[in-house]
Amino acid sequence: MEEIVANFFNAEIATAALPLVASGILNTILLSLMVIPLGLAAGLVLAVLAQSKNPLVRWPLMAWVDFFRAFPPLVLLVLLFAGLPFMGLELGGFACVAVAFMLNNSAYYGEVLRAGIDSVPNGQIEAARSTGLSSTQAMTYVVLPQAVRNVLPDLLSNTLEVVKLTSLGSVVAVPELLFAARQAQSTTFNATPIVMAAVIYYAMLWPLVRLLSRLENRALAGRH
Amino acid sequence: MTKIVKAHAIHKHFGALHVLKGVDLEVAEKELVFVIGPSGSGKSTLLRCLNRLEQPTSGSIEVAGIDMLSPKTDINHARQHIGMVFQSFNLYPHMTALANVMLALRKVAGKGKAEAETLARAALERVGLADRGHHRPAELSGGQQQRVAIARAIALEPKVMLFDEPTSALDPELVGSVLEVMRGLRESGMTMIVVSHEMSFARAAADRVIFMDQGLIVEQGPPAAIFEQPTHERTRSFIGQIRQH
Amino acid sequence: MHSGAVLAVAGWNKFVETFFNAQVMAKYLPDILYGTLVTVELAVLIVIAGIGFGLVLALVRALAIRPLNWLIVFVVDLLRALPPLVIIVLLYFGLPSAGWSPSGFMSTWLSLTLVLMAFSEEIFWAGITSVHKGQWEAARSTGLSFGQTLIHVVLPQALRLTIAPLTNRTIAITKGTALGTVVALHEILGMASSAVSNSYNPSPLILGAAAYLVLFIPVVVVARRIETKFAWKK
Ligand SMILES: Nc1ncnc2c1ncn2[C@@H]1O[C@H](COP(=O)(O)OP(=O)(O)OP(=O)(O)O)[C@@H](O)[C@H]1O
Ligand SMILES: [Mg+2]
Repeated sequence: MEEIVANFFNAEIATAALPLVASGILNTILLSLMVIPLGLAAGLVLAVLAQSKNPLVRWPLMAWVDFFRAFPPLVLLVLLFAGLPFMGLELGGFACVAVAFMLNNSAYYGEVLRAGIDSVPNGQIEAARSTGLSSTQAMTYVVLPQAVRNVLPDLLSNTLEVVKLTSLGSVVAVPELLFAARQAQSTTFNATPIVMAAVIYYAMLWPLVRLLSRLENRALAGRH
Repeated sequence: MTKIVKAHAIHKHFGALHVLKGVDLEVAEKELVFVIGPSGSGKSTLLRCLNRLEQPTSGSIEVAGIDMLSPKTDINHARQHIGMVFQSFNLYPHMTALANVMLALRKVAGKGKAEAETLARAALERVGLADRGHHRPAELSGGQQQRVAIARAIALEPKVMLFDEPTSALDPELVGSVLEVMRGLRESGMTMIVVSHEMSFARAAADRVIFMDQGLIVEQGPPAAIFEQPTHERTRSFIGQIRQH
Repeated sequence: MHSGAVLAVAGWNKFVETFFNAQVMAKYLPDILYGTLVTVELAVLIVIAGIGFGLVLALVRALAIRPLNWLIVFVVDLLRALPPLVIIVLLYFGLPSAGWSPSGFMSTWLSLTLVLMAFSEEIFWAGITSVHKGQWEAARSTGLSFGQTLIHVVLPQALRLTIAPLTNRTIAITKGTALGTVVALHEILGMASSAVSNSYNPSPLILGAAAYLVLFIPVVVVARRIETKFAWKK
């Protein structure tokens, strides 16, 4: 028991690792604040384009989405980080994460938002257009607010995954939470910093998990 | 006359809410008892206590000689002798009509596949749906669904049938077909307890009408007596109300 | 010939030679194939165990035993909140100090199985609770037991609702097998990465990427079909 405490819940080591881990938290938050809006924006573009009836637009979009659903984000990240330098392009870990996640998340957010837009009845657009709104205005003021509302659980669930995904940054030396924890672990030969990271992720994300589980249950229960 | 149902001093609480306040109910073999009463008076709760879908807080219940509240009673075995029909049909949507009827025959009564199918077809025939066996509930009208639900119950050859507002969810033009089946059951000698507002059916088919209010049986008697000369003011005003509809 | 075109052709040739170098690809193809085998093996074991345990947890939760359900909810929430890579790293680098040194394969399998278990438990549970109470009552009133009702009446209806979210989640989590490369697992990405550093050429990564697409594109296409077929009725 004592050994477990010494190896996993060591107060001394936790105190020593605290500054490093704290800077890791900050970077994880910064990373999230960067990749979430990027993914949402790219996804929104895809979702709006997907409303097109032209197969020359729809087909490539579908291929794009399926491609990224099939492609592991870590592979994409490593491809950019280790592959691009061979083309003389050295982006650095932070930028690689940004680009890889934007591509990957555009597909996921895009699918969710597309489903949201599809869920808004056609009559809404017709009503908006009949009052003289342009199609862009109808989309912005009438369709999108309802669409977002209808798929809010899926949007939040995807966002939770995006935040968790920032831990991949540790693989390309972005000093986010997991990277900081591993650094501290490898210098102290003690697992306490990784446990700290786990506890911090849990504390940060648990409220979102709880909220989601409520929303999902309600969404399923409502579908009879 | 032998009593099929003997319920005494039934109390039921939902938390602080006292829903049944000491109900006594005996039903003789082949009797059709009709239960009326305002919304929330405890009619459904009483029915659901009889097959122990609800656990009464206290009291005793015996159905077909089985002590329903004894912990030694195999409740699943006991329940196949108490058919129940619900307001919302509750057919299994992923199964055909025939499969709906066969499920308990196979899993509870332990019949083989061929025998269960024969019995299920016979039950569907009794409710006039011999040709609908392979349809899913979604492909049937409300009246047909309710008749399949009745077939599901009678296939197990119950000693008593409980009906909880079997026609309330139906469009008016479909009510007749379900009442027709219930009338046929009655003629074949089935013991029935029916919660419903179908006064003309009660007049024509019921042996006894029970009026419940606020968790108690207020008065009971033959249909003519209850409907024409109720002794209690509450009964009178309730019957007056449903007459107006 | 125009000199711009010459330059472009030269650039293109250089690009192909760098990223699609046939010699390098041929050399490391066996490695990548080996990695593919490991990935497939791992993915299959994760799917079977993760969904299996998830279903069992959901069924246990249906028994409504209070303290047990609190425990299930706590574990599921925890596994949904933690990034899978954190769990893998914790098992692989942490557990040895507790006296057990799981291999990279074991750490990855166990972590992703736990995560899939948590997500599928939630999905199954949502499916079970979405089945109308009247279905339980009707089945119980004909004498079916709790277990019989769950298996013959409730689960078939619940599974229909869960199939689309479950396939999506399963794909997302099994793709995570690539995370095993962090704990020295020789799956596709791990093999490709070491091939890149041995050959000073990125072609093996392209090969690895292609292997993932070959594995997962069919699954995604099937998932899309399933999704349309079992789409929620609004
Ligand atoms: N599971 C339950 N939990 C809490 N309260 C309940 C429950 N079931 C019924 N009740 C309450 O018990 C009372 C009696 O309900 P019951 O369904 O037996 O009435 P009823 O006579 O069948 O009414 P109705 O004509 O509307 O069907 C009501 O106040 C109802 O809200
Ligand atoms: Mg009722």
